[in-house]
Amino acid sequence: MLYAILCYDREDVVESWTAEQDAAVIAKLDVVTDQLAREGRLGPVARLMPTTTATTLRKGKETIVLDGPFAETKEQLLGFFIVECASLEQAIATAKDLGQANSSNGSYEIRPLRLLRPQAPRP
Amino acid sequence: MSTIAWIDVALRGARPQAMGALLRHFRGLDLAEEAFQEACLRALNSWPRNGPPRDTVAWLVLVGRNAALDGVRRRRRERELPGEEALSDLSDAEGPLAEQLDEADYRDDLLRLLFMCCHPELPATQQIALALRIVCGLTVPEIARAFLVTDVAMEQRITRAKNRVAAEYIPFETPGAPERAERLAAVAAVLYLLFNEGYSATGGSAHVRVPLCDEAIRLARLLLRLFPGEPEMLGLTALMLLQHSRSKARLDAQGAIVLLEDQDRGLWDRDRIAEALALLDKALRHARPGPYQVQAAIAAIHARAPRFEDTDWAEIEQLYAVLERLQPSPVVSLNRAVAVAKLRGPAAALAVLDVLAKDLPGYFYFFGVRGALLVDLGRPDEAREAFDRALALAKSPAEAAHIRLQIDRLTRKKEAG
Repeated sequence: MLYAILCYDREDVVESWTAEQDAAVIAKLDVVTDQLAREGRLGPVARLMPTTTATTLRKGKETIVLDGPFAETKEQLLGFFIVECASLEQAIATAKDLGQANSSNGSYEIRPLRLLRPQAPRP
Repeated sequence: MSTIAWIDVALRGARPQAMGALLRHFRGLDLAEEAFQEACLRALNSWPRNGPPRDTVAWLVLVGRNAALDGVRRRRRERELPGEEALSDLSDAEGPLAEQLDEADYRDDLLRLLFMCCHPELPATQQIALALRIVCGLTVPEIARAFLVTDVAMEQRITRAKNRVAAEYIPFETPGAPERAERLAAVAAVLYLLFNEGYSATGGSAHVRVPLCDEAIRLARLLLRLFPGEPEMLGLTALMLLQHSRSKARLDAQGAIVLLEDQDRGLWDRDRIAEALALLDKALRHARPGPYQVQAAIAAIHARAPRFEDTDWAEIEQLYAVLERLQPSPVVSLNRAVAVAKLRGPAAALAVLDVLAKDLPGYFYFFGVRGALLVDLGRPDEAREAFDRALALAKSPAEAAHIRLQIDRLTRKKEAG
């Protein structure tokens, strides 16, 4: 089963990382994702641009375009990993590995997913 | 990251909002700062053992308030850290408090804090120093280093600024829309000043000052999250990101200035450019142009050009013309003249410069541009004169070195010819 590991954290804190701290976190995460890739379990990995770049479209009879993310929350969705996991247990273990590599605060939400257009080419 | 490092980062990230809320509570910068310091001390004691709170800002505000209410004076005598029991019931208190601290309040709190530091009554140097100290939490020696003054001098500058601000009346009620817009504009201006202080590296070596650019961008993003639909805040943030994206290419290994046309565009930071272009796109949708948006749009044209030869100078000239209307200034006209030179040649540009001469008698770049145009027109003696003036006006070793290079080229040409 494919799982999305959604990364939530305080954006203002992550933005306070120095370039060196940021690079160190990414390097440690790379060790984990490299291993997942070797096991053939790694799908797309994304870091979302800051929520300041977000635009929200409210659907309805008349759509409304709003500046900013969908919800104002204390912790923001900052990125995600798509990983193939045999079970929820394995997904939790993978999230733990990622969490150990990235020792900052925040949470990972683990959500199974299915692809609607598995053959769709990547842009 | 080590435990202490991530706590440090968490405190830095929470500082602007927590300070803003504490300022509203205590109605004075000194008390708010003291309460925040106290809360940080307790965080360093508590977080490694109890884990970080869910909402760091709410935790710091609550602890800061309580500490200032009962603890600060007593602690001064006793110097002991609070016992664990003092913090044990905090998790219960955190929930309701977090609800009390409305996001809407945070927004005006932070704006008020920034506005206080950027108060129009303060001279620019004091505004920047105060914002760096109070909002960003840089230490006095760090700020002193960035401005190339002694710690004592910087301490005095900040104290003077604080006293001056304390004497000004700044209302603590929720501001109305026009007042909010006015505060936002004042704060935006100081953020850009702060950024330029880091970017232009006047008199200082560049690497010391890069943190000023980073801080300015951090604060701009923070403000933008609170005011997500303000086109000029979008524009300002985009502008700073675009200029900062070139920081690695602007100086060579010896610290000499590398002109835009000679920069290695491979060194430009593509992440910053992508973020800036996304912000600019959002701003333009509002169809409410302003000076920051126009300047960002100009910077974006450079960022989009794969090579210098691909630069769309016609578009740049038009945008500078828009900027001249929005914000008339001889410096803007000088920049338009540079675009004119690329489009219609040095003679047309020199004609624009001649009109500006009386408005820019002490401006380094004016004489630098004038010299370069005269070289292109084959008038070396006049060019030499302009470069000499520029050399006398140079504010950093890098600026002076750049002009000397132009003079050397002229001299060599003369000897060869």
